[in-house]
Amino acid sequence: MKQASRLILLDHGAGGRLSRELVEGLILPRFGHRALARLDDSAVLDLAAQGRVALTTDSYTVTPLFFPGGDIGRLAVCGTVNDLAMAGARPLYLTLALIIEEGLDLAELERALDSAREAAREAGVEVVAGDTKVVPRGAADKLFINTAGLGVVPPGVEVSSAKARPGDAVLLSGSVGDHGLTILTQRAGTRLDSSLRSDTAPLAGLVEALIASGAELHSLRDPTRGGLAATLNEIALSSGVGLSVKEGAIPVKAEVEAACELFGLDPLFQANEGKLVALVRGDGAERALAALRGHPLGQEAAIIGRAGEERPGRVILETRVGGRRFLDLPAGEPTVRIC
Amino acid sequence: MCVAVPMKVIELEGPLARVELDGVTRTVRLDLLEERPSKGDYLIVHAGFALQAIDPDEARITLDLIRKLTITGDGPSD
Amino acid sequence: MDHRTEYQDQELCAGLVDKIRTLGRSPARLMEVCGTHTMSIARHGLKYLLPPTVRLLSGPGCPVCVTSQEDIDRFVKLAGLPGVTVATFGDLLRVPGTKSSLERERAKGADVRVVGSVMDGLDLARDLPGQEVVFLGVGFETTAPTVAAAVLEAQRLQLTNFSVLALHKLIMPALKSLLGAGRLNLDGLLCPGHVSVVIGSAAYRPLALEFGLPCVVAGFEPADILQGVLMLLAQKEEGRAQVEVAYRRAVKPKGNATARELMDQVFRPAPALWRGLGPIRASGLEFKESWAGFDAARRFDLEVEEAETPPGCLCGQVLLGEVEPADCPLFGRGCTPSNPVGPCMVSGEGTCAALHRYGRPEELR
Repeated sequence: MKQASRLILLDHGAGGRLSRELVEGLILPRFGHRALARLDDSAVLDLAAQGRVALTTDSYTVTPLFFPGGDIGRLAVCGTVNDLAMAGARPLYLTLALIIEEGLDLAELERALDSAREAAREAGVEVVAGDTKVVPRGAADKLFINTAGLGVVPPGVEVSSAKARPGDAVLLSGSVGDHGLTILTQRAGTRLDSSLRSDTAPLAGLVEALIASGAELHSLRDPTRGGLAATLNEIALSSGVGLSVKEGAIPVKAEVEAACELFGLDPLFQANEGKLVALVRGDGAERALAALRGHPLGQEAAIIGRAGEERPGRVILETRVGGRRFLDLPAGEPTVRIC
Repeated sequence: MCVAVPMKVIELEGPLARVELDGVTRTVRLDLLEERPSKGDYLIVHAGFALQAIDPDEARITLDLIRKLTITGDGPSD
Repeated sequence: MDHRTEYQDQELCAGLVDKIRTLGRSPARLMEVCGTHTMSIARHGLKYLLPPTVRLLSGPGCPVCVTSQEDIDRFVKLAGLPGVTVATFGDLLRVPGTKSSLERERAKGADVRVVGSVMDGLDLARDLPGQEVVFLGVGFETTAPTVAAAVLEAQRLQLTNFSVLALHKLIMPALKSLLGAGRLNLDGLLCPGHVSVVIGSAAYRPLALEFGLPCVVAGFEPADILQGVLMLLAQKEEGRAQVEVAYRRAVKPKGNATARELMDQVFRPAPALWRGLGPIRASGLEFKESWAGFDAARRFDLEVEEAETPPGCLCGQVLLGEVEPADCPLFGRGCTPSNPVGPCMVSGEGTCAALHRYGRPEELR
């Protein structure tokens, strides 16, 4: 076979020579942690840091695999790092499990792994364990990645969706809808030309800045699936507070707004992969805001609302023309509409 | 039943036009228009088609009317 | 001017609301007839701004809501046929039929594609020569001309694997039927902006004349809607019953003749069954003989059983504006956006869905 493109074959997942070549050729050169390199069944790590351990996992199945601003590799690292950061944890270690569809171009796999390595470096985490499986053609959509993440929560940091209190300020670290609309406009049937880019980014540094500001931090969430609306509703429900939010204060990029108008979508329901929502005690709001704005990932941060006692569990939106309405949970997958 | 958005014509290509709104561009079909649009015109876009060209003079009249309506209390006229 | 953001200006809207509060001291019942109006009013929280004396009812202008149960069952059946790819606007994806929905059929392996334009359906037909691609033609006079244009293009391209299930409806026959029933007691009609771009504002003159009803054609941004409401209240105050156009930048008395001609080339009016309203003469569209080759209803066997209204469902009366959602015993109890019983809750811009999700002014003060 002359110049055949290199493909992933079922044999790459069979545990034999090809599997070993895949791991040694693709994985180890990119993720060089000692524990990984030993290729033992488990990574044994010394948790030198003091504090409570945070543990999380997520699976990533994005289509297309590569999009402006990121790809599945970057997403798989940042998503899990961010889940740790939202618990107030300092992310330390990641596992990386790949489920690869037979026939995937090796070049695409390498590209995704390069991206994952870059993201890990940016986030200051090490990949210490992993797995690769190859499934027959049709049994997976090109590439699925699962990552589990482990971090340590410093003493004195206690954040939870259930800890918001009346009087808390609601802070948002930047514009919403960037990731969701980037993905949507890359897909057939909803393609648009724009300079939209996914905001996929590791947020641990931003969270550290927030903690260092001295503001009393109650809740931290990243508005991924379901968007800002889902996150605000979850916090309102878990904490038993009512949230009141100003539409005019929520940053939305003009292109995101335009794409949403075209498709009949609401930017508040769209996924974000590099933003956070923070509920801080009222007296620390300005300090927290300054801390966010002082960080590269939080330059467009804003105070978007307050928590109160009225209408617990619900979120009210003051619309940009001064109207009022509930901000509800989205029904399901946002679908493009013409009506 | 009518999600439609005003978009500006940036290019004309036969039965199609490239239109733009706030940095987002797409191609739309012109089959439904009564007159061929020019570059710079605003079109109301629905489901991939241009439905109508926006009349900028009427637009200005409307905004002036609203402002007058609400300041001086003049009634509307057809 | 981008012809959009100017009409979202808070000050402009505040001025309109002020004037509405002045004119709206006596009670007024207004109906808005377009699902997109329902959505925009809900999304911008406009009912909260209106005085309680001005009541805005929703009418039957939600194409998804008025699609009959049988028609839903037909396109669900279509999706289950081997070798068929269904191309649909997202609006229809989750609508529940008697036994299933397009979303469920897709989960079971049917090829259902959500598209933003009928032209995407044509592209699919070209990309999948071995599949029968059927586009679900739903929507009023805004959308029907686009589907007609696509059929003409399909003919030019000599596509043999593309067809359309024509479920389009026409708004005027429904309005005449609604108002003719005489049960509504309306003070004004807020007419659909984009349907009117096609049919022209003059189309509503018979309603103003026959029923003494003020009609205002309004656009969809907050200031457009508020201006429309204000103009209706002014007509009522002054004892006029005319057709006025607030959406002047887009709507002419004569409408868009080119768009209508396209529609007339391919389709002709036909009787249609409206959910809630029942059968209405000449209120739907069917393929003309010379275009029948593209008619999915003829190409496929889409026979379905007669459907029954779920017990307790008052959608019919809600669609007519006779009953308010909150008065339906199922509203929020057994019928919710995630588990809809009837069409008013199913569609995102259905009356009940909008109210349930965005709230009633009483709940928000």
